[in-house]
Amino acid sequence: MATQAKKTQVSMKVNGVEVEGLVEPRTLLVHFIRENLQLTGTHIGCETTHCGACTVDLDGRSVKSCTVFAVQADGSEIITIEGIANADGTLSALQEGFRMMHGLQCGFCTPGMITRAHRLLQENPNPSEEEIRFGIAGNLCRCTGYQNIVKAIQYAAAKINGTEYQEAAE
Amino acid sequence: MIPGPFTYHRPGSVADALKLLAELGDEARPLAGGHSLIPMMKLRLASPEHLIDLHGITALKGVVREGDRVVVRAMTTQHELLGSDVIASILPILKETSLLIADPQIRYCGTLGGNVANGDPGNDMPALMQLLNADFLIEGPDGQRTVAARDFYQGAYFTALEPGEILTAISIPGPASGHGYAYEKLKRKVGDYATAAAGVVMTMEGGIVTSCSIGLTNLADTPLWAQEAGEAVVGTSLDDAALKRAADAAIAIMSPAADGRGPVEYRKHVGGIMVQRALKRAAARAA
Repeated sequence: MATQAKKTQVSMKVNGVEVEGLVEPRTLLVHFIRENLQLTGTHIGCETTHCGACTVDLDGRSVKSCTVFAVQADGSEIITIEGIANADGTLSALQEGFRMMHGLQCGFCTPGMITRAHRLLQENPNPSEEEIRFGIAGNLCRCTGYQNIVKAIQYAAAKINGTEYQEAAE
Repeated sequence: MIPGPFTYHRPGSVADALKLLAELGDEARPLAGGHSLIPMMKLRLASPEHLIDLHGITALKGVVREGDRVVVRAMTTQHELLGSDVIASILPILKETSLLIADPQIRYCGTLGGNVANGDPGNDMPALMQLLNADFLIEGPDGQRTVAARDFYQGAYFTALEPGEILTAISIPGPASGHGYAYEKLKRKVGDYATAAAGVVMTMEGGIVTSCSIGLTNLADTPLWAQEAGEAVVGTSLDDAALKRAADAAIAIMSPAADGRGPVEYRKHVGGIMVQRALKRAAARAA
């Protein structure tokens, strides 16, 4: 076994704020975010790259922060759930959608769902239901059955596009 | 789920990466997208003492046309393949297959080079590279060499890649314009490896198959190029008898493992069905 690897300095912009820290190379990004930065909105679910609860936005890509080392994110720009609200502190369209459409029950998957949906809507501002379901396939929810999560994202897309959200007939 | 300690390196060029690999020897591993290696490290099934992250090497990024071929540099991600106009127009089967790999977050990270170089029989791109007759460009201490995808795979996680070498690019001959294609993948859920999968590229003229190449994923400890299965449909109108001959020829070379995805007989059975479905869908697309 190798001797303890030396810590290295990393710096990145998280939710618009320049941050830095001293990490071991093996420190996972999610641990840096939760423990060094004390931003505990990003959740650790499965720790095996399946559940998506730890999803953050890294340089315009949705990534599972349990499967990226903090040193790999050196110099990057990151958005976590704490950076999703509007600048004035009001709920963003996505957050409002999850509230209005009951897009959560226990709430554990919600930070990952919202950060993933944030990137999805950046890439595809007007997704179909099928595109939403395909786009959030890397995020697991054990409560809702996804129905209301899909509606929440549809609500947010409609709000961002300035159209009225029409709930599909059941 | 904390990996063992390691030293992190981020070289800026292939030459620097090769130098690090030569200096650090067996204890060093190159890191591409990391979505096979990092989970293995978290489980302590891999504990390299040095990681050589290839993300800092811009020369390993991008998709370019070179004459009749498409060259995909190794660190191009599945997500970037999905957004590439060159891929969409010349090699749409890569787009179709990328969409069936893992999930969106993993496609933002996973690279074509990592997918083909890792030697995991569950990976989808190796069979595609075999059916397309792609070449892998490899750089090492003694310079460059090229290995055909059809000669690259020796066993599960055993490939022609030697210690100290890096697979830098994949060069793929563009199939004939108007070709039909399909990748059929049976999986238990999103993100799973294939229970069985088959890829097909074919050309047709007047309702008759003029050429056909078939690749198989996760049906042996290496990807398989099902040469006889492809030849079995050439000259036919892809009638039921031809479809069955192709499936039987493909099944004859399958030797899947029995695992959580099913017993051997089941996986061979559904492997034959994937071949037939891919053939039919490719034919419907052939101009």
